[in-house]
Amino acid sequence: MPRPRKPIPGVDAKQLIGDAGKLLPVPSRRLFLRGVVSVGALASLTGCDIVDGPTAENSLRVISNFNDWVQARLFSRTTLAPTFPESDVMRPFRFNAYYDEDDAPEVDGDTYKLEIGGLVDNKKSWTLPELYKLPEVSQVTRLVCVEGWSAIGSWQGVRLSDFLKLIGADTRAKYVWFQCAEGYSNTIDMPTALHPQTQLTLKFDHKILTKAYGFPIRIRIPTKLGFKNPKYVTAMWVQNNDAGGYWENQGYNWFSGL
Amino acid sequence: MTIEAAAPSSLAPDAAVRPLIHPGWVRVTHWINALAMLMMIGSGWQIYDASPLFGFVFPPQIALGEWLAGALLWHFAAMWLLVINGIVYVTLGVATGRFRSKLFPIRPREVVRDFVAALRGKLAHDDLSVYNAVQKLLYAGVLLAGLVIVLSGISIWKPVQFWWLTAFFGGYNTARYVHFAAMTSIVAFIFVHVALALIVPKSLRAMIVGR
Repeated sequence: MPRPRKPIPGVDAKQLIGDAGKLLPVPSRRLFLRGVVSVGALASLTGCDIVDGPTAENSLRVISNFNDWVQARLFSRTTLAPTFPESDVMRPFRFNAYYDEDDAPEVDGDTYKLEIGGLVDNKKSWTLPELYKLPEVSQVTRLVCVEGWSAIGSWQGVRLSDFLKLIGADTRAKYVWFQCAEGYSNTIDMPTALHPQTQLTLKFDHKILTKAYGFPIRIRIPTKLGFKNPKYVTAMWVQNNDAGGYWENQGYNWFSGL
Repeated sequence: MTIEAAAPSSLAPDAAVRPLIHPGWVRVTHWINALAMLMMIGSGWQIYDASPLFGFVFPPQIALGEWLAGALLWHFAAMWLLVINGIVYVTLGVATGRFRSKLFPIRPREVVRDFVAALRGKLAHDDLSVYNAVQKLLYAGVLLAGLVIVLSGISIWKPVQFWWLTAFFGGYNTARYVHFAAMTSIVAFIFVHVALALIVPKSLRAMIVGR
């Protein structure tokens, strides 16, 4: 998909290049099946070659796509994620990324602009002072990581559905795509983007997001696994094509709904 | 070879007199379940290793899926096999009256008696079509564990859409422990089950050919 290559405001290009090296998938990780004893046991049980690497991997991806479809139907726009009292919030909240906290992107808030694109009426970029003026909503919800652990956090920001309305987004479009300062990216389905708890998050625990928690913007989606909650967001596009995402492209289930 | 020559009485006299112990649907669902369980447990161990609940991890050599993403793909593919096969098995087990006649009643006194006899090596296996009290308890118990592992699994998979189910298991974190405990009891069952099937090989034959 063609994307403008102009520099993203507030992002240190040198650091971006440094981080880009980490984005290359580890080759061994792409083979889910190599040298696995359990698979050998399966092969001898079935007596046929269903566990031939690429064949099995393709079959698993087909079923994963089917699971996307199932999850989209299980998803309800009105079912809310359970909420908790502020006293349940984990403090300090757990930092999590595929890099160390020291390597998290440093975004300059003074020059930062949230870039808007795709199927929207008003493509004007947004500065942080402009975003901080918008009506604030708050939630205390559980962030569930794909690894299995979870943590309760308190997030404040703009309801994403309100923001989409404000910029005149075509909500009949299928996807919303997010680009992040360190090169991370994420695509979510429009029904999830319009869920009342999906938030363009500016604060954690009523304080402006710190570098560790995704300054200046995190998209908080309590109906999806943590990796579908992008941090350090620099651009948002409303579109009809699925642009994938950092982890989805390496094999995590696309919908990853909760 | 003529049809007459292939008559059961002349080829396999044993088979003709032996009663049918496991009908076809039991044998088919049993082995599909064995395959599904292997895939679910193997991939489940790999998923556990990404964020262990206890102070140990499963050796990657016995886990399925190479890394977390692969294990999750296996887990959420094999779950369909496990659940659909399980629904067929339970439906037929109830509809044919097999569960009621084979597994119940389970009397505690008989369980103790048969357990002691088993430890002394004096438990008879003359009639494979009749389960002793320990067998009844274990088979009913593993069916219950199967139900718990599926429901706790759904509550971990969809803690928002099925929040009430997650709440039933004591919340997301507790549901993970319940899921793990159910896996542990099923693995313990498999060890005993496979060991006994090997000690009494005709029971293994019955689960393959039916008699």
